Amino acid sequence: MIDKKLYDMPKGTDMAWCPGCGNFPILNIVKMALSELDIKPQDAVICSGIGQAAKTPHYLRVNYFNGLHGRALPPAIAIKNVSPQLTVIAESGDGDTYGEGGNHFIHTIRRNPDITNIVHDNMIYGLTKGQASPTSEKGLKNPLQPEGVIVDQFNPLAVALALDATFVARAFTGDILQTKEIIKAAILHKGYALVDVFQPCVVFNKQNTYQWFKDKGYYVDETHDKGDKMKALELAFDLNRLALGIIYQREGKPTYETLVREGTEPLHTRSFDKGALEKLIGTYK
Amino acid sequence: MKRFSGDISLVLGGAAGMGVQTVEALLVQVLKREGYNIFASKEYMSRIRGGSNSTEIRVTDKKRSAFVKRIDFLFAMDKDVIPHLKERISKETILLGEREKVCDTAGECHVIDVPFTRFANELGNPLYTSTVAVGVALGILQADEGVFADYLREHFARKGEEVVKKNIEAAQKGYAFGKHIAYNEGIEVNLAKNKSVEEEILLDGNDAVGLGALAARCNYISSYPMSPGTGILTFLAEHKKEFGIVVDQAEDEIAAINHSIGAWYAGARALVTTSGGGFDLMVEGISLAGIIETPIVVHIGQRPGPATGLPTRTEQADLNLVLYAGHGEFPRAIFAPGTHEEAFFDMQQAFFIADKYQTPVFVLMDQYLLDSVRSFPKENLQMMNKKNAIVETKADYKRYAITASGISPRGIPGYSEGLVGVDSDEHDEDAHITESAEVRIAMHEKRLRKMEGIRDEALPPTPIGDVARADTLIVSWGSNRGVVEEALEIVKRDNLAGLHFHQVYPLPKKAEKLLVKKKVIALENNAGGQFANLLKLEYGVKITDTILKYDGDPFSVEEIVEKIKNLRV
Repeated sequence: MIDKKLYDMPKGTDMAWCPGCGNFPILNIVKMALSELDIKPQDAVICSGIGQAAKTPHYLRVNYFNGLHGRALPPAIAIKNVSPQLTVIAESGDGDTYGEGGNHFIHTIRRNPDITNIVHDNMIYGLTKGQASPTSEKGLKNPLQPEGVIVDQFNPLAVALALDATFVARAFTGDILQTKEIIKAAILHKGYALVDVFQPCVVFNKQNTYQWFKDKGYYVDETHDKGDKMKALELAFDLNRLALGIIYQREGKPTYETLVREGTEPLHTRSFDKGALEKLIGTYK
Repeated sequence: MKRFSGDISLVLGGAAGMGVQTVEALLVQVLKREGYNIFASKEYMSRIRGGSNSTEIRVTDKKRSAFVKRIDFLFAMDKDVIPHLKERISKETILLGEREKVCDTAGECHVIDVPFTRFANELGNPLYTSTVAVGVALGILQADEGVFADYLREHFARKGEEVVKKNIEAAQKGYAFGKHIAYNEGIEVNLAKNKSVEEEILLDGNDAVGLGALAARCNYISSYPMSPGTGILTFLAEHKKEFGIVVDQAEDEIAAINHSIGAWYAGARALVTTSGGGFDLMVEGISLAGIIETPIVVHIGQRPGPATGLPTRTEQADLNLVLYAGHGEFPRAIFAPGTHEEAFFDMQQAFFIADKYQTPVFVLMDQYLLDSVRSFPKENLQMMNKKNAIVETKADYKRYAITASGISPRGIPGYSEGLVGVDSDEHDEDAHITESAEVRIAMHEKRLRKMEGIRDEALPPTPIGDVARADTLIVSWGSNRGVVEEALEIVKRDNLAGLHFHQVYPLPKKAEKLLVKKKVIALENNAGGQFANLLKLEYGVKITDTILKYDGDPFSVEEIVEKIKNLRV
């Protein structure tokens, strides 16, 4: 186990999160998971988009690619393809991942790269001050829909299952230990792993609070068959009681980086075959 | 007697899916092997089957790389060809076709009946029509029949002896008929053969720019297909195994650019290819590469816009787009090859500049050049042999270290001790978010300083004729080099010369003096004179006149000769 302190930023690092924000426990959980899994800061890359959740990589010591809004996944796939030895985590909010980045979410799952996708899901837009997110509940009053959200909420677990994601989990920042175990399992999983983490926004979402989630959430127990996709779909569609834990997991599906390239060496170590190029040019005679 | 000497234009026309492309490919290969200089260009409709498309093959004593409007021989494979090309058909044009297919639309034109299909059917398969047609063309040109037979033997070897035999028979039938036509119609063709041409390589712009990417050690491409940018994507996919290239078909252009920038971040050498419309979607990613200082090379096959425009035609109207793409200010470089050799070289230079200066670099190709075929000596392809610019890092590595040149040594994740972060927010040297005005100014100036180095390394323009002596310069860029060369040669005026730019931004400081005290005529395929405006901006020169074309077709030699003669200079 690597000392968790290795991931800590220097004392006094300015953090942009509000006091009591659910992002703090996720940050701590990610550090714990990396340290318990013995992953050195040099061997991990966190990709993120834009938003409060997407600032996470600034608050721990790892490699990171803090890119554009909605675009955490495309660079994450690329990094895993280029350097398969790296542990790649894409970490962003619900708006970033399911809204702005919806198309990438769909097609990343189809590719099944060996990356972990941690979605900080607070069911609201925080940084832009309280508008609805794709996961906001119907009826939630917000500045753009004062009478309440008028469309159905996005169901990330059901979408991921429909696209044959090989690891689908839901977690809750209120439960540090359970969430840590879920994220560790997600990192260890060979293939795309979705962890939708409910993370209350204490400033803008007065409806989906810590208490609301405690009342609605329950953990699947040992009797839950993680390989049963129909059961997993049933759990995913149930929005009255929110199943927590690893809802679905299947091993053995080839990962994208093993399909799209040969070998596992980082691409920069590949040598250039000038002779092959000269030969190819010769074929145009 | 109809004599043709030193320069002929042979056009093949037909519907998509009829095998016009097969005839073209066979004919240019065989002519090159016989030692003829050839230049082929094509125009086609945006459809999979049907429509009316044509390919022009020029066979010339001197090396040429330009389109001519004139048609000496037209092979009309169906009824739409003659109406489609009527503007280019003159009394001198020799029309060949199957009478029953083309008679309804031929009008006044005299069509020499060539029963392509009957010959093919006599051999048992309409597929042999293409070989018959090539035979007829070679017969008329009085080319060497043996070279064609050798080529067919090689080309169809995999398909077995029977196919080879039938094709050779088809070729012989066509050839004999071609000779017979030449005799009957009194056609005499005199073209010089050159032994050295036999040894040359023959390729189109797509291959040239693709080989350039290989020479640039490109090992990654993530892109979404869009004509005419797809050629290089297909090329790299074909060669991915031999050259260890990762090929990702992206879900959209936004994914493609972000994916490719991520690949560079991790240590790959990545390319994205698209056309103007696809590039519109990538623009935010260009801005991202600008601030996170990650290299990216973007190949754009230009076609006429706005929006879907004319999907298969040519234009040079995306210069302003790439010049200003992306919000905020950051350095960039833009290349616009004028020849196949430049396409090969500029792609390498693009990777070199992107890697060294960690910023977006563009290679603008015109559809016309991408689809043009030419032969030239292999040695014309110049290899750069540049190594990756990435560095090993120490524990205290700072991704955005402030330096005099503006270039911060670029590490990659997982390679050595240091951690490598990149951030789309304004950031400090450690790549962490900042809103400090002082840091912002220092970082912004650091990034912009890189422009000085990029400008110092800008490639010089190519003089066409005696630039020092001329008082008037025809200034062009991209695919218009060949047509200006030929037109100036025809016009032959001492006070006229040309200057062709294959790096269009930034412009090299040294070249500015070439334009001093000259009348500048800007020639380009757009309506706004985009490069003319850039010349004004960069060099402060006055533009005397412009020669512009934006109908989707390339300039023809005749058209430019005419325009130059009408210039009041």
